[in-house]
Amino acid sequence: MNVDEIKNGFVIDHIKAGKGMEIYRLLGLEQLDCPIAIIKNAPSRRVGKKDIIKVDATNAEIDLSVLGYIDPDVTVNVIKDGVNVKKYHPELPLEIADIIKCKNPRCITSTEQELPHVFKLTDPETRTYRCIYCESKAKNS
Amino acid sequence: MRHLIGIEDLSVSEIESLIATAEDIIANPQKYSACAAGKKLATLFYEPSTRTRLSFEAAMMELGGGVLGFSEAQSSSAAKGESIADTAKVISCFADIMVMRHFKEGAPMVAAMNATVPVINAGDGGHNHPTQTLTDLLTIKREKGRLDNLTVGFCGDLKFGRTVHSLITALSRYTGIKLVLISPKELTIPDYIKNEVLDKKGLPYVETTSLEDSIGELDILYMTRVQRERFFNEQDYIRLKDSYILTPEKLDTAKSDLCIMHPLPRVNEISVGVDKDSRACYFKQVLYGKYIRMALIKMLLEAAQ
Repeated sequence: MNVDEIKNGFVIDHIKAGKGMEIYRLLGLEQLDCPIAIIKNAPSRRVGKKDIIKVDATNAEIDLSVLGYIDPDVTVNVIKDGVNVKKYHPELPLEIADIIKCKNPRCITSTEQELPHVFKLTDPETRTYRCIYCESKAKNS
Repeated sequence: MRHLIGIEDLSVSEIESLIATAEDIIANPQKYSACAAGKKLATLFYEPSTRTRLSFEAAMMELGGGVLGFSEAQSSSAAKGESIADTAKVISCFADIMVMRHFKEGAPMVAAMNATVPVINAGDGGHNHPTQTLTDLLTIKREKGRLDNLTVGFCGDLKFGRTVHSLITALSRYTGIKLVLISPKELTIPDYIKNEVLDKKGLPYVETTSLEDSIGELDILYMTRVQRERFFNEQDYIRLKDSYILTPEKLDTAKSDLCIMHPLPRVNEISVGVDKDSRACYFKQVLYGKYIRMALIKMLLEAAQ
């Protein structure tokens, strides 16, 4: 299967197979009016198969910091005029908002529906995130 | 705007400054009798509390200020479905500082994010209760003369006791602290306190099930209640409950200058016979609570100016 190379934009590579759509949604890519390719189960020498997202957008302002929380192994390639100008692994974000929900039934977020669900990184070594309101550990971190 | 939501909101030097102010208030109460003149404290108590609410109200009155508020959710606009955020904005129009107790964890933080006056957390469910911790620290300072180089025993329910977790976190910032954690196996200190506080700060601690075996080495004995509802098995509760009742006999091997503390209310975990012992500090602890709250209100009102 061939997907054209992009001129300007970014490529999120080495996404764990099956996580591509989740990342597409969490980054809000559905709101962009530009060519986007989601490649699922692409062959990978290292892990067998992987997902890839290509976004062909000159001035897309997308906050990619959440990628560090969802899948720290992904690689972001920034493309300008057809050239890969930057390649990096996203760092763990210090704070994530409305990505995961606090599961603690005693947390104020369980009754005040309009509150954003915000988690702070409390221990980078163990990738521990805690709810800013009740300090409960994020279940999937 | 400064608020007090968790004890970690205060630096060690700020805690020391609050303790110094509280000690000066104890020595010279008249000097502080008009500190909050013309100011109003709103007490927003969504769940009942006798000591904490009255302690805050007495503290504000002794600073020369006024008090308004409610003492149960049913008599507040929460009964009509008002959000914490809206309540905080509204109360900011009436009061210069507010104190909140709420059954939901994090509610005072939401209030602080929306208020235009300082917010003090007076207990949010089983989460934080920073003014109890300040009370405990002032009690230790007054009774022992220091906050470092102490062997502190915590006895009873160490799993669910928020006052225990909070005081351990606060003490972990001082040097020479050793902890003796006395509890039934079912109610030991949670792993996250061990991992994120004790191990991280390198705080030496021992865990034991016997109060009698360890009481002799303690400078402080912090008692808590073993609650029946925490046990899955009634027989386990019956087997364990009496092990953690402090009696005059159990104090025979304790140091002569031991300081016995309890956040109160007690049920039967300290027998009434201990009250007459000069080492019993839990009623003095209540009084110190008022003084440290006076110091805190003064600090936050000044910071808000």
